[in-house]
Amino acid sequence: MQQRRSLLSIPASLLFLLPAGVFVFIFIILPFFWIAAVSFTNRTLTGRTAVDPEYVGLANYLRLFDPDRFLRSGEFGASLVITGQFVFFSAIVGQVLLGLLLAWFFFNRKGWVRETVQTLAILAWIMPDVVVAFAWFAFLDRDAGTLNQILSTLGIGKPDWLINLPLVSVIIFNTWRGTAFSMLLFTSAFGSIPPSHLETAAVAGANTWQRLRDIILPLIRTHIITDLILITLWTFNTFTPFLLTGGGPAFQTELVSIFTYRTAFKFFRFGQGSAVGMIMMLINLVFAIFYLFLLRRQQVKL
Amino acid sequence: MRLVRYTLARIVFYVTASLFASFFTLPLLWLAFAPFNEKAALSVTVPDSPSLANFGQVFKNTFAVRALFQNSAIQALGAMLIVTLFATLAAYALSRANIRGKDLISYGLVLFSSVVTGTAAMVPIFLLIFRLGLINTHLGVILVFSGGLLPAAIFIMRDFVDSIPRSYEESALVAGASPWRIFMDIAVPIVRPGMMVVAVWAFVNVWGGFLIPFILLRSPEKMPAAVAIYSFYTEAGTPIITLTAAYSLLYTIPVLILYLFVNWRYGFRFFGGIKS
Amino acid sequence: MASVTFEGVSKHFGSVKAVHDVSFSISDGEFVCLLGPSGCGKTTTLRLIAGLEQATSGRIDIGDREVTYLNPKDRDIGMVFQDYALYPHMTIADNITYPLKVRGLGAAARRKRAEEVATSLQIANLLDRRPGQISGGQQQRTSVARAVVHKPQVFLFDEPLSNLDAKLRLEARSFLKHLQQELGVTAIYVTHDQAEAMALADRIAVMEGGRVVQMGPPLEVYRQPATTFVANFLGSPPMNLLRVRLELTKQQAMLVGETFRLQLPQISERLKGVVSEGEALIAGLRPEHLHMANDSDSWSIAGEVYAIEPLGPEALVTLKVGDSLVTARIFGDEPPKANVGEKAYLLFEPERLHLFKASGERIP
Ligand SMILES: Nc1ncnc2c1ncn2[C@@H]1O[C@H](COP(=O)(O)OP(=O)(O)OP(=O)(O)O)[C@@H](O)[C@H]1O
Ligand SMILES: [Mg+2]
Repeated sequence: MQQRRSLLSIPASLLFLLPAGVFVFIFIILPFFWIAAVSFTNRTLTGRTAVDPEYVGLANYLRLFDPDRFLRSGEFGASLVITGQFVFFSAIVGQVLLGLLLAWFFFNRKGWVRETVQTLAILAWIMPDVVVAFAWFAFLDRDAGTLNQILSTLGIGKPDWLINLPLVSVIIFNTWRGTAFSMLLFTSAFGSIPPSHLETAAVAGANTWQRLRDIILPLIRTHIITDLILITLWTFNTFTPFLLTGGGPAFQTELVSIFTYRTAFKFFRFGQGSAVGMIMMLINLVFAIFYLFLLRRQQVKL
Repeated sequence: MRLVRYTLARIVFYVTASLFASFFTLPLLWLAFAPFNEKAALSVTVPDSPSLANFGQVFKNTFAVRALFQNSAIQALGAMLIVTLFATLAAYALSRANIRGKDLISYGLVLFSSVVTGTAAMVPIFLLIFRLGLINTHLGVILVFSGGLLPAAIFIMRDFVDSIPRSYEESALVAGASPWRIFMDIAVPIVRPGMMVVAVWAFVNVWGGFLIPFILLRSPEKMPAAVAIYSFYTEAGTPIITLTAAYSLLYTIPVLILYLFVNWRYGFRFFGGIKS
Repeated sequence: MASVTFEGVSKHFGSVKAVHDVSFSISDGEFVCLLGPSGCGKTTTLRLIAGLEQATSGRIDIGDREVTYLNPKDRDIGMVFQDYALYPHMTIADNITYPLKVRGLGAAARRKRAEEVATSLQIANLLDRRPGQISGGQQQRTSVARAVVHKPQVFLFDEPLSNLDAKLRLEARSFLKHLQQELGVTAIYVTHDQAEAMALADRIAVMEGGRVVQMGPPLEVYRQPATTFVANFLGSPPMNLLRVRLELTKQQAMLVGETFRLQLPQISERLKGVVSEGEALIAGLRPEHLHMANDSDSWSIAGEVYAIEPLGPEALVTLKVGDSLVTARIFGDEPPKANVGEKAYLLFEPERLHLFKASGERIP
């Protein structure tokens, strides 16, 4: 237990914390409870229920989970299923695996090839949402899009990506967009492995695959967990695919974030939208707690 | 035999690397060429005679110019200032004061802020800004962005503050400096790189953000570039590709410059947060 | 200039008693070294004086003021940190004059004082550089300059030489001693290097486990260590400590060791009434008080040669005596010629024999 004399007294530190504290309270803690409150009302943007919303109990939630329509296209259940597929394929299979692959591929290599590929991946990650959306719009265009020009040259055909394969498109798009984070995280994880560990294994005659499996992966397990959970959380909450497909066609790419938006801001049913937001937050909370639990078990210093 | 194997390995390496590179480049090719092509469509074609005419057209659109150079700039710079200043203050307190459970507080905040995200909390954030009378103001957008970014910013900054040797401040204490003085004279100059990193990160986040201004702003005079980009449409409702392309590029340039700056100055890597 | 007084001062960190019930008084202008092994509470004691730690109990005075609860800035002290704590973003001049800046002195006056102090510390040519651009020894001087710049009442040093290489360290040591005498300021200096403490201090306070076990002038502490711990800590190589038993008869005292019996006629008086017949004791022999002898006489110890280490002006001769090793410093141009395993004798000066109780306490 390190108790050192503090360099800042408690009253002074409270003053230092005050501005950020006010922000965090108003924009993070308050919304959490507010959304719970609103989700039990029939609040709308305009009309009588805007000024004087009524308490409707669990009605909003019951409606979301109404078994007759739960899984129907454009309803909450269908949206959850779509989000599940989206997260699994674009976050876990796409970003995490591709990021790991990239980091592994360039591990212990230097030079312009690595720099170039990494910079390209980072560019995809840091560009503004709407810009990449437009770029992908052009990229996926049926007749003129770069992708189909390449595919038709190879004689594979010209699918209309955003119409016929919207979820696949959005999944590839999101993989492309977010892989840089995992790549950077794993690159720094690999960098933290003492070279002697690998040299010992090499001397012992382990091949590349054995080294990855027996030495590297166990050593960077915490990084993998961190990455998996963060990426899952972010992907679950992302709104960017809306810019590419608007959730369509026919709700085929309507992630829960887009569903929330449509409920709350297309139809201005705030009570209903809050109930969806509340469920999103609870799912987020489960991820966050799960993450803390795993890190704790790993006895990792935070 | 060894030479053959070596050559083969090189070939496999370059082929794989080019596949990775193409995956990340191909979707952006259009953005590299279309802005300079007066007749740009959705296909990637190298313009016969590259021109800046599209940019000229963009600059004639006062609405779009204001969105980019005024609204986006105000919102991103405003949130950047708030986030950097307040995060530095808070990180300093969390690092240097004996507050019980301060590690739990800062870690808990980051996690909680990823629970209460902009997408999940759309409704209460809208209602909150509505109550505050800040709908359709820059301030509303700035405040909401700042609130969301602060926890992670504090987390990043703490790493920088924690790495200041305590003896620096102790010697200043012995020299007779007050806490505020120590903060300004010793801590701030030393964590300046951290403040730069946080500032860039906050700026890029707000600059590229779409959902929050989309929900909170009404009038075209306040729209940032992220929303204004949807204004290049013909009467018939189809996008004017040439202008959109040029505008996209203009809109991306600050992000590119900041990336190059951080990369040159500090190396683009992870700050704070994630380590084993 | 001021005295420093501790009265029953303790500092506990949870269950760790870093400093425990320490009392001492340091007079005006005195140079005191706090000496002891790692973790014995030296730094904590120093930080208590500086006000960087708050005492759990007890009272601290500087001059005629009680300072126990004062903030560091109100204690009028200058401190040199082990890592120097120079601010990387300030020039050497700004570093040195930071205490003056805090006190509101103008830039011109600060520059003048910086030049004055830097000149006396021979770093005047470095004033416009930054800490990263000067050597370790220069950094050390800069940090001393910053500690003296506002003419404090008390100087505090926390192992200021430990980051220097051996040669620079000797140089800096003489320099510090010179400076302190020139300024005549009370100085408290923490070190775990006994030679440094011996060389610098007017008085040494030896610490063990959070307590001051002995405090006195260096030679007194060296010649009359209060405990086996102090005896072992001062001197290099340290004092030889041998388990013995005392046989007291009416006429004489006999020290009986594993391989030797020594008669102690003259000193038997001082043992009477303090120790009892047959009591187990510890005999202490400083290596420089042992000489080579040719054969067994009544004050010699027999053993097998274990190692001979020539050091130039002297040689260290170690004998294996029973289960213990006994080291002697033998002065002379030629190291003694003997082979490992050979039988050899060490003669000691009986009046230089130290005796301790089995508990470690000195027998006067
Ligand atoms: N802030 C603290 N919190 C808890 N324990 C502490 C703290 N500072 C010191 N201690 C403990 O108090 C004891 C004395 O520490 P101190 O730093 O005074 O030793 P020292 O004599 O200066 O040792 P060294 O020669 O290694 O610097 C040690 O056991 C140390 O672990
Ligand atoms: Mg110490």
